[in-house]
Amino acid sequence: MKVVEGLYYSKDHEWVKVDGDFAYVGIADYAQDHLGDIVYVELPDVDDELEKEDSFAAVESVKAAADVYLPIGGTVVEVNEALEDEPALINADPYANWIIKIEISDKSELDDLMSSEEYEKFLAEEE
Amino acid sequence: MSAKKTPLYDEHVKLGGNVVDYAGWALPVQYEGLIPEHEAVRNAVGMFDVSHMGEITVKGKEALAFLDYLLTNDITTLVDNQILYTMMCYPDGGVVDDLLVYRYNSEYFYLVVNAANCDKDFEWIVNQKGDYDVEIENVSDGVGQVAIQGPDAEKTLQKLTETDLSQIKYYYFQDEVMVDGVKCMVSRTGYTGEDGFEVYTDLEGVVKVWNSVLEAGKEYGIKPAGLGCRDTLRFEASLPLYGNEISRDITPLEGGLRFFVKFKKESDFIGKEGLQKQLDAGLERKLAGLELLGRGIPREGYEVQKDGEKIGHITTGYMSPTLKKGIANALLKPEFTEIDTEVDVIIRNKPVKAKVIKRSFLKNK
Repeated sequence: MKVVEGLYYSKDHEWVKVDGDFAYVGIADYAQDHLGDIVYVELPDVDDELEKEDSFAAVESVKAAADVYLPIGGTVVEVNEALEDEPALINADPYANWIIKIEISDKSELDDLMSSEEYEKFLAEEE
Repeated sequence: MSAKKTPLYDEHVKLGGNVVDYAGWALPVQYEGLIPEHEAVRNAVGMFDVSHMGEITVKGKEALAFLDYLLTNDITTLVDNQILYTMMCYPDGGVVDDLLVYRYNSEYFYLVVNAANCDKDFEWIVNQKGDYDVEIENVSDGVGQVAIQGPDAEKTLQKLTETDLSQIKYYYFQDEVMVDGVKCMVSRTGYTGEDGFEVYTDLEGVVKVWNSVLEAGKEYGIKPAGLGCRDTLRFEASLPLYGNEISRDITPLEGGLRFFVKFKKESDFIGKEGLQKQLDAGLERKLAGLELLGRGIPREGYEVQKDGEKIGHITTGYMSPTLKKGIANALLKPEFTEIDTEVDVIIRNKPVKAKVIKRSFLKNK
């Protein structure tokens, strides 16, 4: 499974890329691989105020629907609308195709997440 | 308790199948992916391991009369080597199982039942035997089965046998067909809505047949196909799944399978009274097709509402790989099952618009 350096990871296999006061959030390679071909993505609305661990999107393959949880709280400032027409972009490159961009509420919540090294170890134990 | 392995387990692992526990059997959900496998069956050919299915033989002087009493469809219409789809019901009309009946002759029938129901079915059948002069045997453990399905299924299988497969008509079978040297029983049946065959043999033979068919089908782009697309294919073809569209609590009348209940056949049969009573009282719910008009995917178990009131639930639903839209079977109050009726499917606590459509989904292609 591909893991990208410099991102934060959650145990639910979401990733967070911090950009100043903002962050991009998506799902990790492990999550897209386990779901299989993604055929539908449900996105939140811009300006939604979300807390850490709120379900903010749904990613669905033919077989199953998976909720995606926000690893840190924040306000949605942008959603990746390209996923509405081409949900399979997440399969193609789960790290380039973020799902939402948020304004971070509390940066200290990042401390609870894993670094790429820690996430690699976590994945090795999951297998 | 660990899942039982079919004789093809090692082949699934070799092919990279994503093996899960399904009804107590270790079987692959998919190999390469659900969508490519689904498309291979719709457009070319795919092969499924269905060795988990149950097989029960009913033999004896009164086999025909016994099955006519046990089953809802009219078994007396069958000729030798013909197959019938039927329900087996409880007296109240609930379904014990849906199954295929193969007639070898009037004193020898071969029943193919759902894996998850096989033990229950066997017990039920034995308990109904009474004074009928029949012998009932569960032969499941000795049978391996593959389903070769798709428009190129006949061409693929024909390469491996001298038997002229074009002579086996839809819902007929032939015994002692040699498939690459393995003695098989071959029927023109399936669970995908495509042309195809189901091939029955012993546990050793089925491994050879599996590998020979994969080789023979290469030129047509054959793919091994998993349980994932088995369900999407049967759903698109409007074929019911026990536990979803029919069950102990969902009768064949509610599940849209009235055609397979022959109220007018000569003999009495188990379930007739219960089903007749339901028919006379009027159905309280009925299976309908739905197409989602808003965004999302209608899935099994989702509630269906009209003006905020619950009117039923979805029994099977998918983003159809063939039609590329969200479609579903829903068990609804009958007054909401007219074509074009607008209803709401509740997806993650939000109502999404849908309309009632005909259940012959593939004809809307």
